[in-house]
Amino acid sequence: MEIATISGKGGTGKSSLSAAFATLNGNVVLADCDVDAANLYLIFNPVQEEENVYISGHKAVINYNLCTGCGLCINYCRFDAISDVNGRVIISEISCDGCFLCSRICPEKAISMMPNDKSRLYSGSFRNGRMVYGRLAPGEENSGKLVNLVREKARQTAKEFGLETIILDGPPGIGCPVISTITGVDKVVIVTEPTISGLNDMQRTAGIVKKFNLPSCVIINKCDINTSMSRQIEEWCFKNDITIAGQIPFDRIVTEAMIEAKSITELNPEHEISNKIKIIWKKILNQKK
Amino acid sequence: MIKIAIASGKGGTGKTFVATNIFYSLVNNQIDSILVDCDAEAPNAIAFFDVKPDSSNEVTQLVPVIDKEKCTFCGKCHEYCNYNAIFILPPSKIIDVIEDLCHGCGACLAACDYDAISEKPVSLGNVTSYKYKTSLSLVEARMNIGVMSPVNVIKAAIKQIKGQAGIAILDSPPGTSCPFIQTVEQSDYVILVTEPTPFGLSDLRQSVEILRTMHKKFGVIINRAGLGNNQVQEYLYNEKITLFLEIPYKRETAELYSKGKLVSEIDQFFEKQLLAVIENIIKQNGNSNNKR
Repeated sequence: MEIATISGKGGTGKSSLSAAFATLNGNVVLADCDVDAANLYLIFNPVQEEENVYISGHKAVINYNLCTGCGLCINYCRFDAISDVNGRVIISEISCDGCFLCSRICPEKAISMMPNDKSRLYSGSFRNGRMVYGRLAPGEENSGKLVNLVREKARQTAKEFGLETIILDGPPGIGCPVISTITGVDKVVIVTEPTISGLNDMQRTAGIVKKFNLPSCVIINKCDINTSMSRQIEEWCFKNDITIAGQIPFDRIVTEAMIEAKSITELNPEHEISNKIKIIWKKILNQKK
Repeated sequence: MIKIAIASGKGGTGKTFVATNIFYSLVNNQIDSILVDCDAEAPNAIAFFDVKPDSSNEVTQLVPVIDKEKCTFCGKCHEYCNYNAIFILPPSKIIDVIEDLCHGCGACLAACDYDAISEKPVSLGNVTSYKYKTSLSLVEARMNIGVMSPVNVIKAAIKQIKGQAGIAILDSPPGTSCPFIQTVEQSDYVILVTEPTPFGLSDLRQSVEILRTMHKKFGVIINRAGLGNNQVQEYLYNEKITLFLEIPYKRETAELYSKGKLVSEIDQFFEKQLLAVIENIIKQNGNSNNKR
């Protein structure tokens, strides 16, 4: 069973909750799909057993010994990545999308495509099972593709080690890495908070989940920060036929656990928040829809 | 015009909180400014202001349309496409465009020797301008649900504000990949908002790493100070990075934010602190403190 935790808005508590879920019952495969800003390794300090290079894309590079400055590539580039600076053709590494078109049309064959090979896919063990995580090198693209690799590796690992549950900790937003995180999972857990931004982003997230027709439920984290907003979220979920798996009040234990490099339920298994998380997790596992 | 991006690696550290409060403080002090919500996947800034949309522009991307009469199923377009957006089965004479994968680079168009490919625009999202206190001063980039990348919508929003105000505040998307890069690349200065937790520090380090390789000037605001530990402060000290401001964690602040209210509207001291940050940036813009 694959369960993905996402949120739309960042900082609602996805990773803290994923970490807690991962330490609740038996061994699991934990996959950190926030390849942009992976954080779960900070809590679980996994023993890295495998490292793979991930080619996230390519960048066009000009060989100035061959370039005649004709400017044909400038006309073809749709990403405004190539410009003429005082007679010299310059490619902006940041704007280049890696589409290869300039390298194909250059009459002098002066442009070559260099692979971006700084991103990595890691896997290893942690105290509650196996862990798969990616690290997209800063500024690189195609995080969705890396997420796909993380998930593929997680599935392989689950099979290899006979583990049933895969927990996917997703990135914020609703774009390609989020879509890659949720496609085909058994359940999407949307973590929100009772703020205007939390509500807006949850609605957009629910929209993307609906588009892919996935079973989902909502957790309202920090629910006591604005109880009337929490109620508004409940009402919206009710109207849209989305189950609320539970509500968790704001508590400093969330930050304390992070600082101690433990999950909330590991730090204090009998804490009010831990008990709430346990009930929510049971509900998520048992919910049929 | 000076463009100041408010960014963070980690989501939920308070980018929008800082951006909206700075913008309010500037406008309230008659400083000519504009707020651009570049978090096109999850835009929220306009919720904090009583505004009405003034005008809206659709942002589109071109995708190929294949004329199956002219197509010879030679496969050159499929070979040129680096995004696997063209599906082809020559023996069965099947060719299809997978629009969700297309980046609109135009390679297939250049590849086709039989004039079988034309292009049509598809919608990616909207850039909407809002009037706040009589002047046009809020711009929102909003990506359509289901679109893969917000980059084109973000670019369009930033292009639109060209030369419109003295100061532009860009509320950036989270992360350190393309949406973040596109926003900070266009800015003259970056304020990184972080929180004093291990997650906050880890993501801050990544943001600093990329801003340094981009040779961008930047400084840091710590939000929810007092909630975690002192490791962020120690890191900033050791790396000689400007720490502009520490905003203490207060439950009232979180409650105000949750209701879509601005703290600087009721807390003049906070308003002054934010204005001082901007003044400081304008003053040091030009020297290269934070360059590697």
